[in-house]
Amino acid sequence: MFTMLKPRNGKYMKIPKSFLGYKRENGRSGTRNHVIILPVDDISNACAEAVSNNIKGTIALPHSYGRLQFGADLELHFRTMIGTGSNPNVAAVIVIGIEPKWTKKIVDGIAKTGKPVEGFHIERTGDIGTVMKASKKAQEFVMWASEKQREECPISDLWISVKCGESDTTSGLASNPTVGNLMDKLEPLGVHLCFGETSELTGAEKVCATRGATKEASDKFMKTWSAYNDFILKEATDDLSESQPTAGNIAGGLTTIEEKAFGNFQKIGNCKFVDVLEPAEEPKKGKGLYFMDTSSAAAECVTLQAAAGFNIHLFPTGQGNIVGNPIEPVVKLTANPLTAKSMSEHVDCDVSKILSREMNLSEAGDKLIETTLRVANGRLTCAEALGHKEFVMTKLYRSA
Amino acid sequence: MATEIIIHDQKDNVGVVVIEKITSKQECSCWIMENDSTTNIQSMDEIPLGHKIAMIDLNEGDTILKYGHDIGKVVKSIKKGEHVHVHNVKTKKW
Repeated sequence: MFTMLKPRNGKYMKIPKSFLGYKRENGRSGTRNHVIILPVDDISNACAEAVSNNIKGTIALPHSYGRLQFGADLELHFRTMIGTGSNPNVAAVIVIGIEPKWTKKIVDGIAKTGKPVEGFHIERTGDIGTVMKASKKAQEFVMWASEKQREECPISDLWISVKCGESDTTSGLASNPTVGNLMDKLEPLGVHLCFGETSELTGAEKVCATRGATKEASDKFMKTWSAYNDFILKEATDDLSESQPTAGNIAGGLTTIEEKAFGNFQKIGNCKFVDVLEPAEEPKKGKGLYFMDTSSAAAECVTLQAAAGFNIHLFPTGQGNIVGNPIEPVVKLTANPLTAKSMSEHVDCDVSKILSREMNLSEAGDKLIETTLRVANGRLTCAEALGHKEFVMTKLYRSA
Repeated sequence: MATEIIIHDQKDNVGVVVIEKITSKQECSCWIMENDSTTNIQSMDEIPLGHKIAMIDLNEGDTILKYGHDIGKVVKSIKKGEHVHVHNVKTKKW
């Protein structure tokens, strides 16, 4: 594996020590300043969307679940809801649910951050009355948030999550190693980092396990991977054709899940992971790299990482995945020259010159650091400008 | 010098086409990233960007090595210079 090639001029980029972010009540920093309207459940989506239509500058986060869930699946639902509201990219939150109890549980969870949050339940009021009350509060919140200014924040306030998608062989050759190069350069500066995609490490799982910073972390990883693999083997029919790898992956030259996994794994550079997180679990062991147990579907994975508190996302793509997230800006990079040319409106950072050897990996890593900091400072990502707001809850099993 | 093929690791028995496509019988220059060395190969098939070429003759049951690691098994013999993909290689996992 090659990761730390020197730039052609022999000099490493001087990495800025700070970025311009929004300081939050709990000491975290945000790269965005959203006021969100968060429905607790599917049937509250209409209300949440009506409020966001009324009050400019707010975003509703409609989703499909939140009714009759139980056990670990319900815990994950609450963790994702509370985590999304608690993310430092969010200034204030309106929570709307059908029933008072679950609505309050989410409000109370988010309130621990100290940010403004208020809940409304629809039963005994109806949509129209709820929209009116919630809109008044949303207006107050958005006008309050609009006065927040960006301030200088240490670069260690960046919590960077990564996930690749519509991968092809150029991902493993160049765009994923570019993310790895960024990790190698930023990890010593005290940032938080997170990778996931449990199923997509299949074939590289034993090599990945050796990257645990402790034996405990390595063992926890193998246990997590085995459980996911058992689930796939149990549910799979004859094979996973066109799911893993996808038809897009295969068109791009990827042949097997093992090949995809070793390409995927390039994203962590030479870093070691300090802990293994449950889906949407906030890291608690300080700075460094974390592995999160997630699906490999783009929007599901990014939604879970955002709910764990990550404030900027890096997304290498081969054939051209277009995903975005409503609260965590998704920076896209590609090394595939055809994708860079034919889908340029989706590409924040073009590193295709690695393949023609006009750019080396360290230069690409520097370019990605520069792009990441510009986005952290407020530059819109392609996905934000195009209106991509994919918010997809992970559901573990059927509801009761 | 133009590079048509990149190989991750010295141990690998496949390389990846990094130009829009290579044609059959094309003399290709290959760059091995691990040790920054180069080698050459003549292609036997037209192979598009991102797809793999066999660097040696491979028999049924052989292991494909990429990144220096096992990425699957050969299910139909492959000649040096031929296209390596789902028609002649399968996963050892699922």
